[in-house]
Amino acid sequence: MKNKVYPGPSEALFDLTDGITLMSGGFGLCGIPENSIDEIAKRGIRNIHAISNNIGNSGRGLAILLKNRQITRATCSYVGGNPDLEQQMLAGEVDVALVPQGTFSERIRAAGMGIRGFYTPTGYGTLVAEGKEVKEFDRPCILEMPLHADFAIIKAERGDTFGNLWFKETARNFSPLMAMAAKITIAEVEELVPLGGIRPEDVHLPGIFVQRIYQGSNYRNDIEIPVYAD
Amino acid sequence: MSEPGGRPIGWTREQMADEIIALIPDGASLNLGIGMPTLIAERMDPAKAVVIHSENGVLGVKGRPKRGEASPTLINAGKETISVQAGASFFDSALSFGMIRGGHIDFCVLGGMEVDVQGNLANWMIPGKKVTGMGGAMDLVNGARQIIIMQSHFSRSGECKLLAQCKLPLTGKAVVDRVITELGMFVPTGKTFRIEKLAPGVSRDDLGIPLELLE
Repeated sequence: MKNKVYPGPSEALFDLTDGITLMSGGFGLCGIPENSIDEIAKRGIRNIHAISNNIGNSGRGLAILLKNRQITRATCSYVGGNPDLEQQMLAGEVDVALVPQGTFSERIRAAGMGIRGFYTPTGYGTLVAEGKEVKEFDRPCILEMPLHADFAIIKAERGDTFGNLWFKETARNFSPLMAMAAKITIAEVEELVPLGGIRPEDVHLPGIFVQRIYQGSNYRNDIEIPVYAD
Repeated sequence: MSEPGGRPIGWTREQMADEIIALIPDGASLNLGIGMPTLIAERMDPAKAVVIHSENGVLGVKGRPKRGEASPTLINAGKETISVQAGASFFDSALSFGMIRGGHIDFCVLGGMEVDVQGNLANWMIPGKKVTGMGGAMDLVNGARQIIIMQSHFSRSGECKLLAQCKLPLTGKAVVDRVITELGMFVPTGKTFRIEKLAPGVSRDDLGIPLELLE
């Protein structure tokens, strides 16, 4: 099987340019591709359309790129707890499209799965439905379209040289869907293993959806809101 | 019970959570929104065998981890650390929302800013003031089989949050089955709120809802 391993983020992200549409996995700071985000910050790629559930939080994750004014468009479901985005949105510096989270994930999935559009009850009778076709099923539904991207940057706990991935706990979230939806998906992993290092029945995302993979380093793995029983 | 100013105190948040828990049958599946509703996970009796879903991709939320046992990759939709019970499962966001949209989740408890007699809900933005985004709320209110709103009865500025008609942008149209506040439990019927239960010491006159909207 093809070896898709790159030495590190600078090599794996070599062709990212200004103006790209970029999906980034993670829910809040859980499961975010830290090394790829740092690389994009370092390279100063601008005019990015970022597609990610939260676009970072509290100055971390994609909020690093917001602070650098590298993101001009954002498609996401939630901006709470992300003062950089809320402030730049209200100031008109970032054009934000808010999408209900289930519609957001299904639009991404649809792009990867060849679905040209789908009807959902989510958002009917709200601002989300404005300008969209409504069709009556058992109840009224609105037409939603797929969400594609040029690149996806994702992170997994474990990956092999072909790009088969295994995610830990709730870090999976949007990452497998984004990998399917983007033209080029770059995965970074905590642990790069040889072929066969992940049992076939345990592969969460088949490597066919991953074009490049590299061993990440120095993960911060921040806990956003620690709450304890004791 | 009442505050010095005369406004009744009603239930505590814990008592509100317990009132909701009493509505949930053994073995049901349940999704909990950010904020107050997460109290329900902490107070749920394990013997009820209720399975708690969090839309970021977990079924089988148990409560909170002990200090030193928290995992940065194990969180709920409020991005708070959680623990899971034996039999839990993890999955991606499309499958998670498929569970919701497909009608596989029995109950959803969400916070609210406004609810009206038609069962309309507003809880995601205040134009010109505050935008948090809808997150998964619009999917949840249209997908879960029963929607319970757990909210304070009055806004910070003292206005009743149970209305004839929502003023804020809607999260969902005719989606709310029940509202619980510190003052009582209410069912929107289309034209009124039917009072299901009032907290101890609370009367109809304390509710700040026009009497013609009550039954």
